[in-house]
Amino acid sequence: MTAPVLEIRNLHKRFGQVEVLKGIDLTMQMGDVVSLIGSSGSGKTTLLRCVNLLEDYEEGMVAVAGEQIGYTERNGRRVRLREREIARQRAMTGMAFQHFNLFPHMSAIRNVMLGLVKTRKMAKDEAYATAESWLERVGMADRKDHYPGQLSGGQQQRVAIARAIAMNPQLMLFDEVTSALDPELVSEVLAVIKGLVADGMTMLLVTHEMQFAHDVSNKVVFMQDGRIGEEGPPDQLFYNPKSERLAAFLKSSKF
Amino acid sequence: MDILQTLDAIWLARMPILHGLGNTILISLLSILMGTILGVVVGLLLTYGIGLVRLIVRLYSDFLRGTPVFVLILACFYILSVVGIQLSAFQAGVFALTLFCSSHVGEIVRGSLQAIPTGQTEAAKSIGLTFFGTFFSVLLPQALRMILPTWVNTATEIVKASTLLSIIGVVELLLSVQQVISRTYLSLELYFFAGFVFFLVNFTIEKVGRFVERKVALPT
Repeated sequence: MTAPVLEIRNLHKRFGQVEVLKGIDLTMQMGDVVSLIGSSGSGKTTLLRCVNLLEDYEEGMVAVAGEQIGYTERNGRRVRLREREIARQRAMTGMAFQHFNLFPHMSAIRNVMLGLVKTRKMAKDEAYATAESWLERVGMADRKDHYPGQLSGGQQQRVAIARAIAMNPQLMLFDEVTSALDPELVSEVLAVIKGLVADGMTMLLVTHEMQFAHDVSNKVVFMQDGRIGEEGPPDQLFYNPKSERLAAFLKSSKF
Repeated sequence: MDILQTLDAIWLARMPILHGLGNTILISLLSILMGTILGVVVGLLLTYGIGLVRLIVRLYSDFLRGTPVFVLILACFYILSVVGIQLSAFQAGVFALTLFCSSHVGEIVRGSLQAIPTGQTEAAKSIGLTFFGTFFSVLLPQALRMILPTWVNTATEIVKASTLLSIIGVVELLLSVQQVISRTYLSLELYFFAGFVFFLVNFTIEKVGRFVERKVALPT
């Protein structure tokens, strides 16, 4: 049996004295789409960021495709991997950010090409062709020579998603990718993600779009004070919440 | 003010004045060049250095920026010879201006690197770039654009500060003009002339800076 795409066991994360993740367990198989929901401060974004080690974690483990991320055991002690190893591991996952974080000094296609050339060591023309096809995929091929400053928020986010998936990651992480967008631009980004779901991409999303989470996920996780409050298939969580906290959260989210 | 007489005096002394101008340009170029290279190192250590290294560089930068350039030039000329380092007036002066320039460039570099949103670094990391890849492909190109206007300003400051080398006997533009004044007594006219030449030098630097700025500006 192949290793799960993502395996998180007993994950703890502290910011100084404050423990923001208090023991998280989560397993994802290939093709799974898992949405993390919950009020702000519940730890969902931190959890996502631990998966590609944008945040270090203090206890427990995160493994992508069977490989522990960021740390190893040496003589019974937990040691952080070298930066080069961590960089390689980060490229196993792709991430899209709330604020897009496109590189402003590069055109759309060069944004997508950068990781292909630098990390995947692709030749320039091959990287160009690959980047172009992914921009095509997110409907941005006609704007490939535009700079981020010349694109709308929705367009920037689509380029940012293309930049991440062009790396052919085993797992895509989406961190509130529509939260910074004007309402009329949200749908174009959600449509792109839905297309990726249809392609069978494995993804972990933090989102405030409850209807969207319900529609695309095969599992929804409700985070509550650094723990998993409730998890299960979307219908069960959204229509049959067990806890009052989740019921109250769903009501305030106008689901 | 007799313009013809002034022009005549300048024409007669054209060779020493040109020599002085040449020295001013050479001093400025050397100081800006070496000061920038050293300054980039200072800026990187201020940004990424840890512990003691960062503390030492911080003290270096604060001390140099807190000291008048004038004092720095005198110190480099007189104190270094006391401790056995023999530098000519020209070398000591360039050394002082280099130190001065490096502390300013260091702060500019640090400021611009820190002004880049952390999301840029995170995005670079998320596509598997290493520290160096992130620095050279993502941070540096953005930092350079931010640095440019302030760096040009520092360059013009160095050109102006180069006049202070006259005090330790380096015959740069100002001192060469002063030597003409001591022969002709055309002080008002010739000081005005010297000021005008400095203005031309710095005006050129500013213009070139603007041109480069426009060339590298990102389309919006």
